[in-house]
Formats: sequence, C-alpha cells, structure tokens
Amino acid sequence: MLGKWYGFILLLLILLAGCDDKPLNHPYPSENDETRVFYSHFTGRPKTLDPARSYSVDEALFTGQIYEPPLQYHYLKRPYLLTPLTAARMPVITYLNAKGDPLPKDADETQIAYSMYEITLQPGIQYQPHPGFAKDHQGQYRYHTLSKKEAATQQALVDFDETDSRELTADDYVYQIKRLAHPATQSPIFGFMENHIIGFTEYQQLLQQAYEENTNHFFDLRKYDFPGVEVVDRYTYRIYLKGKYPQFIYWLAMHFFAPIPWEVDYFYSQSGMEQHNLGFDWYPVGTGPYLLSENNPNRRMTLQKNPNFRGEYYPQEGELEDESKGLLTLSGTLLPIVDKFVFTLEREAIPRWNKFLQGYYDQSGIATDSFDEAIQIDALGKPELTSSIAEKSITLKTSIDPSVYYLGFNMLDPVVGGASERARKLRLAIAVALDFEEYISIFLNGRAVVANGLVPPGVFGYRSGKGGMNQKIYEFKNNKIKRRSLAYAKRLLLEAGYANGIDPKTQQPLILNYDAIGGAQANERAQFNWMRKQFAKLGIELYVKSTHYNRFREKIRTGNSQIYMWGWSADYPDPENFLFLLYGPNGKVSHGGENTSNYHNAEFDSLFKKMKGMDNTSERQVIIDKMREIIQGDSPLVFAYHPKSFTLYHQWVSPRKFSGIINNGLKYVDIDMEKRQSQRKQWNQSNFWPLLFLLGIFVAVLIPVVYRFWRKEHFPMDRID
Amino acid sequence: MIHFTFLTTDYLLFLVLTLLAICLCVSFRSQQFSVSWRQMLTKPLAMSSLVVLCFYITIGLLDSIHFRVPTAQGHHSIKVYSFFDKVIGESTTEKTYSAPLATHAYNKVSRLTPDGRIVRFYSALKHIPGHVLASHGHYVLDVVFTFLKASMWALFLWLALLLIWVKLSPHVTVKKFIRGDLPLAWRSFWITLGIMLLMIFMAHGMSGNYHVLGTNKIGHDVFYECLKGIRTALLIGSLTTLFMLPFAVLLGTMAGYFGGIVDDVIQYIYTTLSSIPGVLLIAAAILSIQVYIDNHPETFSSLASRADARLITLCLILGVTSWTNLCRVLRAETLKLRELDFIQASKALGAGHGRIIWSHIVPNLVHIILITAVLDFSHLILAEAVLTYVGVGVDPTTFSWGNMIDSARLEFAREPIVWWPLLGAFSFMFIFVLSVNLFADALRDAFDPRTRFGG
Amino acid sequence: MLGYILRRLLYAMPVLIGVNLITFLLFFSVNTPDDMARSQLGAKYVTQNAIEHWKQQHGYDKPLFFNQESVGTGKITETLFYTKSVSMFAFHFGRSDGGRNIGHDIVQRMWPSLALAAPVLLLGLLTNIILAIVIVFFRGSYLETGGLILCIILMSISSLFYIIFGQYFIGRVMQLTPISGFSGGWHGIKFLILPVVIGVIGGIGTGIRWYRTLFLEEINKDYVRTARAKGLSQMRVLFVHVLKNAMIPILTGVVVIIPSLFLGSLIMESFFGIPGLGSYTIDAIRTQDFAIVRSMVFLGAVLYIAGLILTDISYTFVDPRVRLK
Repeated sequence: MLGKWYGFILLLLILLAGCDDKPLNHPYPSENDETRVFYSHFTGRPKTLDPARSYSVDEALFTGQIYEPPLQYHYLKRPYLLTPLTAARMPVITYLNAKGDPLPKDADETQIAYSMYEITLQPGIQYQPHPGFAKDHQGQYRYHTLSKKEAATQQALVDFDETDSRELTADDYVYQIKRLAHPATQSPIFGFMENHIIGFTEYQQLLQQAYEENTNHFFDLRKYDFPGVEVVDRYTYRIYLKGKYPQFIYWLAMHFFAPIPWEVDYFYSQSGMEQHNLGFDWYPVGTGPYLLSENNPNRRMTLQKNPNFRGEYYPQEGELEDESKGLLTLSGTLLPIVDKFVFTLEREAIPRWNKFLQGYYDQSGIATDSFDEAIQIDALGKPELTSSIAEKSITLKTSIDPSVYYLGFNMLDPVVGGASERARKLRLAIAVALDFEEYISIFLNGRAVVANGLVPPGVFGYRSGKGGMNQKIYEFKNNKIKRRSLAYAKRLLLEAGYANGIDPKTQQPLILNYDAIGGAQANERAQFNWMRKQFAKLGIELYVKSTHYNRFREKIRTGNSQIYMWGWSADYPDPENFLFLLYGPNGKVSHGGENTSNYHNAEFDSLFKKMKGMDNTSERQVIIDKMREIIQGDSPLVFAYHPKSFTLYHQWVSPRKFSGIINNGLKYVDIDMEKRQSQRKQWNQSNFWPLLFLLGIFVAVLIPVVYRFWRKEHFPMDRID
Repeated sequence: MIHFTFLTTDYLLFLVLTLLAICLCVSFRSQQFSVSWRQMLTKPLAMSSLVVLCFYITIGLLDSIHFRVPTAQGHHSIKVYSFFDKVIGESTTEKTYSAPLATHAYNKVSRLTPDGRIVRFYSALKHIPGHVLASHGHYVLDVVFTFLKASMWALFLWLALLLIWVKLSPHVTVKKFIRGDLPLAWRSFWITLGIMLLMIFMAHGMSGNYHVLGTNKIGHDVFYECLKGIRTALLIGSLTTLFMLPFAVLLGTMAGYFGGIVDDVIQYIYTTLSSIPGVLLIAAAILSIQVYIDNHPETFSSLASRADARLITLCLILGVTSWTNLCRVLRAETLKLRELDFIQASKALGAGHGRIIWSHIVPNLVHIILITAVLDFSHLILAEAVLTYVGVGVDPTTFSWGNMIDSARLEFAREPIVWWPLLGAFSFMFIFVLSVNLFADALRDAFDPRTRFGG
Repeated sequence: MLGYILRRLLYAMPVLIGVNLITFLLFFSVNTPDDMARSQLGAKYVTQNAIEHWKQQHGYDKPLFFNQESVGTGKITETLFYTKSVSMFAFHFGRSDGGRNIGHDIVQRMWPSLALAAPVLLLGLLTNIILAIVIVFFRGSYLETGGLILCIILMSISSLFYIIFGQYFIGRVMQLTPISGFSGGWHGIKFLILPVVIGVIGGIGTGIRWYRTLFLEEINKDYVRTARAKGLSQMRVLFVHVLKNAMIPILTGVVVIIPSLFLGSLIMESFFGIPGLGSYTIDAIRTQDFAIVRSMVFLGAVLYIAGLILTDISYTFVDPRVRLK
C-alpha cells in the first residue's frame, strides 16, 4: 500500500528532473557557471559576530573574513609570523618610564612603566558598502534619522536601497577599543585587558555612569576619551599598556582589535533595529575580502566578495615543502579568489557526511565523529584515508590545535597537593600509570598527540623527541621513547608511603576524588571507567563525580576539588600563553587567574617573568626547557594531549594549509568548477531499481484486493455483513 | 557473601509487578472478567504475544536483582552486578567494531613488522576460540555444529515440556492439540514457546564462541546491550503507568462524580498541563533534575544511582504528561455513569461517596483503564528512544535502546556501513512493542463493550 | 458567538499563567541566573563583574516571585516572574539568552515548519482515509485481518527507524532526493519530498486504525442499511454517505491540531535540516537557552488553546444543531 506514494514521488521526480540536467539530489538552486561558489557547512548557530564579543572558532569562520585587525599571520610560514594587514608596517613599540620619557629597546624591565604601540594604517582602504554610510544630496546621512515606522518595515539589511562606503581611519580602531570597555558590549576580554591597557578600568566606570544618564538612543563613545588610546593623525593611533607585555602584539591580529565605524554603530542603535536582529551581532561591517551578503543563522550564511576590497596577493614564499605540496602555485594571484562562500547549517552528522561524499560540500571542516569512517590510524600513528574515500581523491589535512588538555591536581589539597616529597611521588606515580596513549587511541581515534609539557607542537618552545621527553614518565630504550612500567609507578607509590595503594591512615585503599565535566556524551561512562581503571592499576580507588560545567568551574574557582581534567585553548601562538597556566601569581583561588591547579614554585615564576619579555631566541628556548623540567618534576598537572583537527576537502579545491590560529584563510582558496560539476554528476546517478521493487510489491498487494473487490461487487450473496 | 544492593527502580518494578499480580488474581475471581480473559486467550496472536511478553518480563526481572560480590581484598566490589549478568556470564570486550558472528575485526589494523614494513590485516577477535580461527572451513563447521546442537537441545526440552503438559492436563490429548481443538489457543502458545526456546538456546550457544550481534565502537557485545535494554524499557513503561494511574483514576472520577468546583479545579489542572507541549515539559523537568543531581554529588554517589534518579524522574514526568488524557476520558465516562439508575439508587440508600465511587463507578471503568494502560505502555517504549535522541531521555550511562540508537546512528554513515547496533536495538524494540500492541488489540476486543457486543 | 469566544479567551488567561508558573518553577528551582550567565559568557576570563553585567543586561538581577526591597505593587511587579511573563502576553518574547530577538526568529522559522507539517497532515489524511475505507470495505475478510496486522506492525516501528532508514535508502542509496536541506519557493519541493513521505508512512498505522473505528461506527447506523436496501453499491455508500457523515469527527479532530502545525516536528526538522520551530526548540533545549524554551512553551500553550476554540467553532459549521452560547 505504501507503494502508492513512491509512485507519486516517481512522477514528481520525473517532472522535476525534466527541468534541468542536474542530478536529482542536487541541493542548491541553479547557479551561474561563471561565479565560483564554494560550498561548506556550519554545525551550530553562531552566537554573535560582533568583533568585541565573539570568542569561538565557529564564529571566527565568518568574522575572520570580514573584519581586518591591523595585523595578520603569514598564511604559510611556521612558526607563526605576524605581518601587516591593514597596517602599513609593523607597529612601532616604544617603552616609557614613569615620567613618560622613551627608553631604549633593551631597557631593564623594572624601569619600564608603560609601553606604547604606534600603528600606522595604509591609506585608501575602503569599507564594504553599507547603508549606514549612505548620504543624501545635502550630505546628511540617509538612514540615520529613521522614524519608528520606517525602521519597522526594514526586515533585513538588503531592504535599504542605498549604500555607501568610507575610508578606513585610525578613529575606527580606537572606537572599537572603546567598545571593549562599554558595559553593554560585555566583551569577554575586558576582564583580561583591564590589567594591561592604561586607564581601562576607570574608563569602564566612567562609561557605566555616562551610559546610565544617557537618554539618546545612541551612546557616542567618541565623546569619552581615556589615556590608554590616542589618535595621532588620520592613519595613526597609539595604544598605551602598563609595563611590558610583549604578547600584546598578537592581540593586534585578533578581531577584538578590528575597526568599527561609528556611522554604522549609530545606524544600528536606532529603535526598531534590534527587533529585526539588525546589529553588529548579525550584520558585521568590515574592510575584509568578503562581506556577509546573506545572514540567516537558522539556515544559511553567505560570504560574497567585497567589491571595495583593496586587493592583496597570494604570498610568494612559504615553508620548504610548500612548493611540492602545491601551495605556491597560486603565488601572486589577486585575492580573494572564490566569488562566494555558501555555508549551510547542517547539524546532523549523517547528512553532513553524506553530502560531503556526494560532492555537495567542498570541504568538511570540523573534527567530529563522522571522521572516524574516513580515517584510520596506522601503526606509526599516522592517519590515512580508507580505500573507499581515497578512491574519490579526497585530501586529508591535519593540524595540531594550539591547545593542551591535562589532568590537574589541586595543589592546595592535603593529599595530592603541596610540595612535600610524599605528594610529589604520589602525583608522579599517577602520571606514570595514566596511559594517555591508550586514551587517545580509544576515545579520540588517534586524533591527538601526547603532551610532554604545556607548549604544543608548532609553538615556539616545544621540543620533540628525546629532548622534550618527560623523563619522569618516559624512558629512552632501544632508540624509542617508552612509557615507564607500572612496576616503576608502584615503586614511586611505595616511596610515597602508599604501598600497593593502601592508605596507612585507614588501612584501606586510598580514595581519590575526580571531578569530571558531565554532559550528554554517550561514551562518558567508558571514559570514567577508563580513568577508574588507570587508578585501580595502582590500587587507588577513584570516585568519579561528574558535574555540570558551570558547577565544575565554580569548584575549581573555590579550590574545592582534588583531581580534574581540563584543557586550555590558546589565544595566540606564544609559549607565554601556555606557561602562564602554572604561573603562581595567576593562581585560580588566590587571584582568579587561569592557574587552575594553584601551583606555586618560586623558581618557575622567576623564569616565567624572564621568559615573558624575550624574543624567540635560543636563550629563550633554554629557559623554557628549564621551566618544562621543573613542572615535569613537580608534576602539578599530568600533561595529557594536544588535539589535532582533521579537515577533508575534494580534489577540485586548491591545496590548503590549516591551522588553529589563522582564521582568515578563505581568501586563499580556489576551486575548479568544471571538475566539480563532472564529478558531482558521476557520483550522483540515481538508482531506480528499488522503486521498481516496491512497485512490484504494490502490484502483488493490489491483485488480491482487486480480485476481492470484483467478487464483492459481482456476487453480492458472497457478502458477509 | 554477596551483598544485595537494590536500586530504587528495582523496588518499584517489583511493586508494580506485585500489584499487577494482585489485580489479576482479583479479576479472575470476577465472573465478567474471567470470561473476557478466556475469550482473549482463545486468539492465537494474543497468546503468542503473551508468551513473548513473559520472556521480556522475565529478563527484565532477572536484571533487576542487583548485588555486589566480594573482592579478593575482602570488601565488596564497586561494580554492581545483576542476577542476569551472572546468568549469561561476562562477555569479552573487543577493541572496536566487529560484525555479527564475525571472527575478525571489521576494520584493518596496521602493524610494523620486524623488518620495518607496514602490514595491514584484520585482527582476530579475542572472544573467538583458536580452533575456529584455524580456517574458514572450521568456522563454518563450528557455526553449523553450534546451530544444530542448540536446535537439538531446544527441541528436546520443548518436547519434554509439551509431553509433561499433555500428560498432566486432563482434557488434552495429542490429537486435539494438533487439530487445535482446545478451548484456549494452546497450540500457538507452544509454537511460540518453541521458537523462543530455540532462540534462547541458539543465542546462548553462539554467544559461547561469537558475538551474536557483533560489537560496537568500544568493543562491547551488542547483543548483551540489547538484552540489558529490556529492563529500561520495562521500567519506563511500567513505572510511568504506576505514577499515572492513581492520579488519572482519582481525579477523573472525582471530577465526573462531584462536578461543580471540584470539576473546575481538576479541569484547570489538566488543561494547563496538557497545553504545554509534552517534549518541552519533559525537557524542562529532565534538565532541572540533571542540574540537581550534578549539584548534590553526595546524595548520588555512584553512577548507577544517578542514572536511577534520572530514570525515575523521567517516568514521573512522563506520568504527568500522560495522565491528562485518561483523566479526561474517565471524567466523561463517570459523568454518564453518575446519572444511571443503580448509582442514583445507592445514593438514595445513603451510601457514602467514596463507597459509590469505589464499588460502583470504578469497576465500570476498568476496561478503559486497562486498555489505555497497555496502549500507553507501547507508546512509552517508543517515546524513550525519541526523547533520548533529543537529549532529555534516560541517562547516557543507562543501557537503553534509545541510547544505542542515539550513538549508533552516526555509524550508519560509515563506509563500510555499521548496521548491527541499530538493527539490534530496533528489532528488540520492535518485537517488544509489537507484542504489546497485539496484546492491547486483543485486550480491546475482549474487554471493550462496544466491540464485544456491538461489532 | 463572539461572547463565547471572548469568554474562552478570558478562561485561557489563568491557564497561560499556570503554564508560565510551571516553567518558572521548574527552571529556577535548580538553575540560578549566575549559572545562566556563566554558560552564556563562555569559558575564558570570566569575572564576577561580567556576570553581574550580564544579569543586569538580560534582566535577571531581580528576585524570583517576591521583591522585599520594593514598595507597594513593586513587591510583585519588580520580580523576574512578573517582568518576564507580562510581556509574553503581548507576544513580546524579548531576546534569547544568546542575544537574538526571539519574536523575529519565530516568525522566520514558522513557515518552514508549516511547509513540512501541512503536507504531512493533508497527504496523511488523504492516505489514511482512503486506506481505512478500503479496509472497511473488505471487513470480515482475510484482507481486513491482514491490513490490520500490517497497521499494528507499522505502528510498532519507531519513528526514528523510518527517518534513519528512509534517509539512508532514498537519500544515500538511491540518491533520488537531497539528503537534507531546505529552500523557499518551488525549488524547495525536492527537499520536502523525503521528510513528507517518511512523515506520512510513519503515521499510517495509527491513522488507519483510528479512521476505521470512525467508519465502523457509522456503518452500523440505519441510514447505511437504508441506502444499501435502495440498491446503492457498497463503494458508493462508503465513499459518499459514510464519509460525509464521518466528516464531523474527522474535521474536528484535524482542526484541533492545525494551530500546532506551526510548532513543527522536533526530530524530522533536525534530521532533515529544516530551519523550523522544531529544530529551534531542540537547539534551545541542547544549549539550555531558557528564554527560548519559555517562549516556545508559551507559544505551544497558546496554539493548543487556539486549537480547542477553533474546534468548538468548527462544530457550529459542520453540525448546525450545535450553537455556542
């Protein structure tokens, strides 16, 4: 009986198929062959695209292409290299003493009271077209005095007919820095930046007060100045920091320091705008290679070439192997290359993966479970594609994320914490027993590398092989790095006073508490059991307490935990951003910093201070090595792993280089439209035989029905009722 | 000594079954009901589904007797075992996927040979005994042999039981049995029993050497997980009914009987509750209880007790969302009954309200309650899977078909496809729901006065 | 009639207040505004100051039900419950905890939901009624028994099975339709074929059985016997007379769910990537966005009550004997 519907579909499909020669399952409307469109997906609704608020990788996918901070990372070179983006040259950094007089470059850190960053922009950079800039004949802003009624009829930005642009100036950058302090913006980095930018804290208080008194719909930040920023001329501005914070230059490559034109802020502040989600959260305006032409976070996001983009060229040089990997074939091409990026919301893994295989997504970008099907990890730990995927000439690129996961010990805890030899040996014994190689292969499908310290590969200060090996946990045997044996761990435990894991106080197995972040993950039980099994190897009993993430953070904040697992994702690729996780004055309980284990070691702290301000020299490397040895010996954390991202793309996409740090990479992408079209056609031949099969069943059912019907109508006496 | 540690849900499940048994005994004493029951059991389909249901219930019950075993160090294990675990024995855990009855893993692994080459091969499963791995011929032989052995045992046991039954029952002869010339559908009873016995013996025999339904991502036996899911499904169905019935019956009859302000208040309550979309109410309740559990780790010390608390909450809130329907029906029916002569007569004779409701109204509503309860039972089992998918079902650590489907649907996109966890969960669920539905259908035919006398 | 509707609307008020109260109690009995602020603000560099700002910005810095510090009516009105509920009655849903305007999102997402739910309802109705009549026509024969057992089998299959296997076979193996997605206009049809077919098949089992009982009730009435006695054919009687008379319960049963069609289907929309209210709700549940969940609960309740009122009104149209007072 169901066959009826299949027949119906068949009919409809034939009708639809007659319309054009595309495969039946082609999910996109007809496209113009001349425009290069790149199709990809996003898995979750971005929360905000406001450069002062957005703080997640998914959002950076969009903001990275639209907003342009003064600096960017070089696309190909590693270790990461900062280059000017909208800036004319790299910022000039001057150190000042307490009186405000400039100091020489090599001045002693104790003398440096302030640092001044002077940034000069390239002239002539234009914003993307936007109605906020539009002016009428008299030179008045066309859409700055909208009546409530007018505003109510505008559903989206495209409903405004007139648009205009304006040249990028230093004021726009300063305006955005002020926005970071605006109480209504709630920038996630304000709490961090107020420790660095001069007068930022007081400025927020000032704004708070003024904001409450403000009666106009627009709160004009230009009227309020503070000593932390200064506009020198049309293209130059300065930022003043407290003391020396050399890593600040990395922040200048993040969207938090991108420009915002006041005209557009004014435009969005008008009443009625918010009701239609018209605001920086959803309608970014930037100078970047792309502009967000369609913004429907519930369905589709489209990035289109910014017609006012100043032009930039594909880099001429890269790393050694980049030439052979084909990464330099596009050298010198005018960027951006692709005309349009279409991102479709695809929450479920099955359709996402299938559509990628059918060729309807050019790239499958985010590391999820669906990668398990495509990739196998070989004996050497190298990922490779399964044969059926390799047949489609799909390219796999892996990159190590700039992040670290670790099992932390709360150093304030009387049992596992503290500097005593007993506690240290206990921690080391646990560190040896925790087999994270196994964890990675079971739970991450090999998508991670084991960590030997805080600094991940790809960031200055990381040392691979024997040099970086954690000698407390590993040993070098037969030219191979091997985890030390369980017997060794048991010996450590014995030395710590817990023979076979028995607590001398109670004569029962030692009980430790493990705080886990509870979610709705299906394989959580397996992970908890695994953790318990590792401790059981030492005879220690582990109580797993899984809590909600918020509650977990609260526990860490108050130091109310013993053992926990957490991670850190860096903001910039500098060892400082990792090693500060164990810097004493950064302690979570005492100072509310990010040192969650509340570790405190005077030698480590003094080395950290020294290392912080240095350039990437061999001297710095020596200090970092020393620091790593200290924390390997004290073992306040068991360094677990650095996760890897896997990205797959089709043969018609130009070779790409991925990294967890660079987020404006879309401008370097090219695609071969013809190849894509022919492959899509080849991969999407419809199969009609199951339909015939169903039709057969339908007929088979129909025969007795028709027969009965005929009998009933012709031999009424046969009736039963 | 083993140490019994019953979970709250265990107690509740036993409570439900005891209540059910009492109700059945009472109902058999009544002339009207025992006729209906007998009439129902003359239907072959009803009889077969009853047998299948009994098997499911037995497994669920065995799985609800929990205890800890002593360890070598002298204290009790942290892990809680159920009686059922001990009956079927622990199965070997493989590394990852393997297909049903396979001897080797589903995916190739690579290994570095001593001379530095990388070889790729399918690794043998730990669970498979060495002699089977020797060659393909051995494997086929072993499978066929196990199959034959299981069939023989099943047939033997079945025949023995059948003969004892024929001997013991006074009116049954072999001839009558074969012709189906018996007052109840005994023939389908025995056929179903035979099939079930065959299945059990085969599953048991095959489990000795193989993973009957393969293994899942972390190498656990899928067949074992499917069987463990029975208890959860049974709990969801029965506990929800337990929570729902008193409310529905009490409030429904009261609203219909007393009318006036009582009726208004009760109507207000159920209109309000039923106007909230069910899933959202469940979601809100489950999210809340989850936060509560997370914040009170001392009360819920073990993973099992946390999962248990969530399961009970789920049943409670499912009860809250599903009582309104029955309540509405009962109210309408009571309204009609209230006006009938015999009720008016007993009112005139001075009988108390409670007495009238209990001995005159409720007995006339039993068929509605019964049919609704059984029908709801099957809906609830299906609902569990959907809710778990949404993320507001049972705890992720609970063995349930919903959890299996939720974690296995990703595997459906694999290349090559991993189909057995999904198929296993769906078929166990399907057979259970189908037998409940067939049973409910027969129940309706037998008990509903409209179909009984009208149709 | 107008008076009746007004009275019903007035009666809906306490129900809606009750609905709001229940959601409030459920959420805030365990969840504090601090928790909500933390989950929305993200993981890094979150200070207590930022949390306070967030609460103030989103209006969560008030007591729940009773404000000790206020005077007069402020004790009641300056509370979370009051401020968050009152605007709801004017359909001002405010902004979600994530920052978007909920009303705008709801209006935008209503239509995709309807585009899926309406065809499923209509086609389902058509299929179910036709098949039910066929089964009634063959009553007493093995075709009826077979059909009914088939129905029971169909309704014993989990809806997830239909979706997962349907998507696999039609979308992946046969490659007849796009696996998921949505688009407005005529082009959107090809996205809807698969979910609509699955939706219809998923509802067939229960549907047929329900309509069959309706028809069986009608068929035993006198007018059918009269019609048959006059020599009308069985088919004619069933499709013309019985169907016409059974229309009253069918119609009223359908009218009650029409408003709820806007709410969409949670699972279907999520699996097929349809940007409707169902997937909106699922997202909100998963990200624990209380503002959205509360709005959806309220909307659901309003639509449910609207359905009840519409049903009463539709009675007067199909059955002239009914008068609403």
